[in-house]
Amino acid sequence: MRVNVTVNGEQRQADDVWEGESLLFMLRERLGLPGSKNACEQGECGSCTVYLDDVPVCACLVAAGQAHDRSVRTVEGLADGDRLDPVQEAFVEAGAVQCGFCTPGLVVAAHDLLNRVPSPSDPEIREALAGNLCRCTGYEKILDAVRLAASRR
Amino acid sequence: MTLTPAELTSAVSGGIGTSPQRPDGNLKVRGEFAYASDLWHEDMIWGATLRSPHPYARIVSVDLTEALKVPGVYAVLTHSDVPGRNQYGLEHKDQPVLAVDVVRYQGEPVALVGADHPETALRAMKKIVVAYDVLEPVVDMETAADSAPLHPGGNLVRHVPIRRGAQDLQADVVVSGRYEVGMQDQAFLGPESGLAVPAADGSVDLYIATQWLHVDRAQVASALGLPEEKVRLTLSGVGGAFGGREDLSMQVHACLLALHTGKPVKMVYNREESFYGHVHRHPAVLYYEHGADHTGKLVYVKARIYLDGGAYASSTPAVVANAATLGVGPYEVDNVTIDCYGLYTNNPPCGAMRGFGAVQAGFAYESQMDKLADALGMSPVDVRVRNAMTEGSVMPTGQVVDSAAPVAQLLKLVQDKPLPAGTSSDIRELPGGVSNTTHGEGVVRGVGYAVGIKNICFSEGYDDYSTARVRVSMVNGSLAAAVHTAACEVGQGLVTIMQQIVRTELGIERVTVLPMDTTIGNGGSTSASRQTYVTGGAVKAACAAVRSRLDGRVDIGSEVIDETVEWRHRATEALDPVTGQGNAHVQYGFAAHRAVVDVDVELGLVRVVALDCAQDVGRALNPQAVVGQIQGGSAQGLGLAVMEEIQTSGGKVRNPSFTDYLIPTVLDMPPMSIDVLELADPHAPYGIRGVGEPPTISSTPAIVAAIRAATGLALTRVPVRPEHLTGT
Repeated sequence: MRVNVTVNGEQRQADDVWEGESLLFMLRERLGLPGSKNACEQGECGSCTVYLDDVPVCACLVAAGQAHDRSVRTVEGLADGDRLDPVQEAFVEAGAVQCGFCTPGLVVAAHDLLNRVPSPSDPEIREALAGNLCRCTGYEKILDAVRLAASRR
Repeated sequence: MTLTPAELTSAVSGGIGTSPQRPDGNLKVRGEFAYASDLWHEDMIWGATLRSPHPYARIVSVDLTEALKVPGVYAVLTHSDVPGRNQYGLEHKDQPVLAVDVVRYQGEPVALVGADHPETALRAMKKIVVAYDVLEPVVDMETAADSAPLHPGGNLVRHVPIRRGAQDLQADVVVSGRYEVGMQDQAFLGPESGLAVPAADGSVDLYIATQWLHVDRAQVASALGLPEEKVRLTLSGVGGAFGGREDLSMQVHACLLALHTGKPVKMVYNREESFYGHVHRHPAVLYYEHGADHTGKLVYVKARIYLDGGAYASSTPAVVANAATLGVGPYEVDNVTIDCYGLYTNNPPCGAMRGFGAVQAGFAYESQMDKLADALGMSPVDVRVRNAMTEGSVMPTGQVVDSAAPVAQLLKLVQDKPLPAGTSSDIRELPGGVSNTTHGEGVVRGVGYAVGIKNICFSEGYDDYSTARVRVSMVNGSLAAAVHTAACEVGQGLVTIMQQIVRTELGIERVTVLPMDTTIGNGGSTSASRQTYVTGGAVKAACAAVRSRLDGRVDIGSEVIDETVEWRHRATEALDPVTGQGNAHVQYGFAAHRAVVDVDVELGLVRVVALDCAQDVGRALNPQAVVGQIQGGSAQGLGLAVMEEIQTSGGKVRNPSFTDYLIPTVLDMPPMSIDVLELADPHAPYGIRGVGEPPTISSTPAIVAAIRAATGLALTRVPVRPEHLTGT
């Protein structure tokens, strides 16, 4: 099937999409946007978190066809050209990035949190990021990054 | 104009001792860093692996007919398509690339499919018909040595005895116990992946996420029947490793498919396959007996340790040596009797994971120290300090610890940290969290301590070295440097450390880290907490060679200064096979933890409230990265303490998913306050001490000690489960 989808503000089209394909596969393998990650592909790790019409979802749990005529924003669409989003900048500065495989999903999840709650408390940050697994950092520096980004927005 | 090296160093920022941003950080936060699973090639096809559903079976027949008929399938391969040696392995070549007539674990690769879409490959794979004659699996490590042999040499992979001092002493106070450690998974987030690209001359390029390019290459070339120069490896982005990428996964498979079809082949495991696709941490059964005098001074330690290596050897021999040589922990004991065994079974193969044998022993010896403290009426910290190793102490191997060993100081540092406030009234901070299972009723608090020891770098006489090349030239009117190694960046930040070393050594701010590949000499493994030490040492040495040619110049015109250096740490010795004596290790690292837990004793739920750590790192080349390693290692120890286990039944894995194999989330992790000591090791570059592994060792027993303190339960097995706490 053919899927028409707005991705990061751009109208895109994918052909020969198999009905069982996930939005994640379409983004990564058909639209050249591998930023959203494939750590579990079953909705447990959050590494593929993207906005679907402004709501964060696990792209692995959304069928590609479900994104037809809708709008998707991925981690690749957060920076403004060379200028990183404050959340991205804070992740690098705070040392929240090690292997980085969880980072795209966490950046989108934190971006969404700060849009909803500009100055979140620690328990609010923890709850908002509870669906995103990180294996490298123990999360302390991710919390630092979110606090830092919140302080700059 | 010429400047002295010292002037150059002070003239640039981002040298050692500071925390500059990672060179790959921007790409990673933008989603533009190319991990192995992100790779793409014009005209590429997808590979898939058919795996054994049985832990132990004879292969009666394999029928590929229907699979080959599936439209879009390019190749279906079995062991008969392996052109070289169909056996590989890190220490013993005992593992087939593709099974021949027997499978020894559930998940063992049997056949490969190459197809135009991953779904096509999966569908074709399901049409391969394999007839098995199912055999009774060997699954008990304690009796495995006497069970029917799974390999020609029997089921004992290695036995390491340690005999030091008197062997049959009496003591005033004796405590003993049997402890168990479950099978932990590395659970790196980036699944096993790679892209193999065939070349017209029959050679192949492999872009791969791994921990050791050169050892991968040697094994791939051997299986393909190619000279090593015809197998070129380039490191792609690695989504974490923690030991799980030391062994081969899809490396040979992708190359086989690529050379067979003439097409680039991408292979990406999904999470379930990843659980079958790499080795795990050895489960262990450990019997310990500690004897002490009335003052708490240890008189002797006796231990018998079993490590379940699963179906193939992997790095079991080295894990056995670690558990044995580090088996009494960071304590002075004159009389030691240890027998440590690594066994073959039909359980999943086990090998390297962060802590590597020291984790299993650490849980047991620290549990024993708490038991001893109880028996003596001493505090857990006092009994440890009473026996704490110091510089000059003698290991059970007879090796003298010849640099800082601040065991007592580390314990005191965590003991002196402020304790968290009492049990919270906010349900989000109680066991069970927003599940709203308690408002504080049934919740008890406990505090526990532990300290651990880890060897740094490769041991037992291994020729452990790294190769570094540093090139300096003029770029836009100023000096610029490039650094090239084959040492794998897996997330830990080696790329940053290498830049920092070059900046400090050469006073050149602009440093490019070249892609890691096999066009340069061996960088050694990214394991054993060794890369900052060994590859850092090699980069430092290459800089020294460049600096002498630079001779203080800041303008070298069109000249290019290019130096490659191989650098080794000081040599180690084999262990005596009868007594286990010998200077087997290069360096020792130490960390201590204090854990505070709240336990809901009615539901068996645990919340770790605080997990503070103190560690000696010799010198913190990058303080931010050092703290990140300690926090991350502590988190993996927390996972082993209260949630992480690959559960097997009759050799079959029951929970190969992140739904059923739980790793800590941000809700499970407490705040972690970290104290970093910098007591330089005079033998190491810059005085550094490997950082990555020690915190993983002491975290687990500290948490379990805290749960024991809260509940009064004995708790001899990790992970601690709710039913261990409720008795239901």
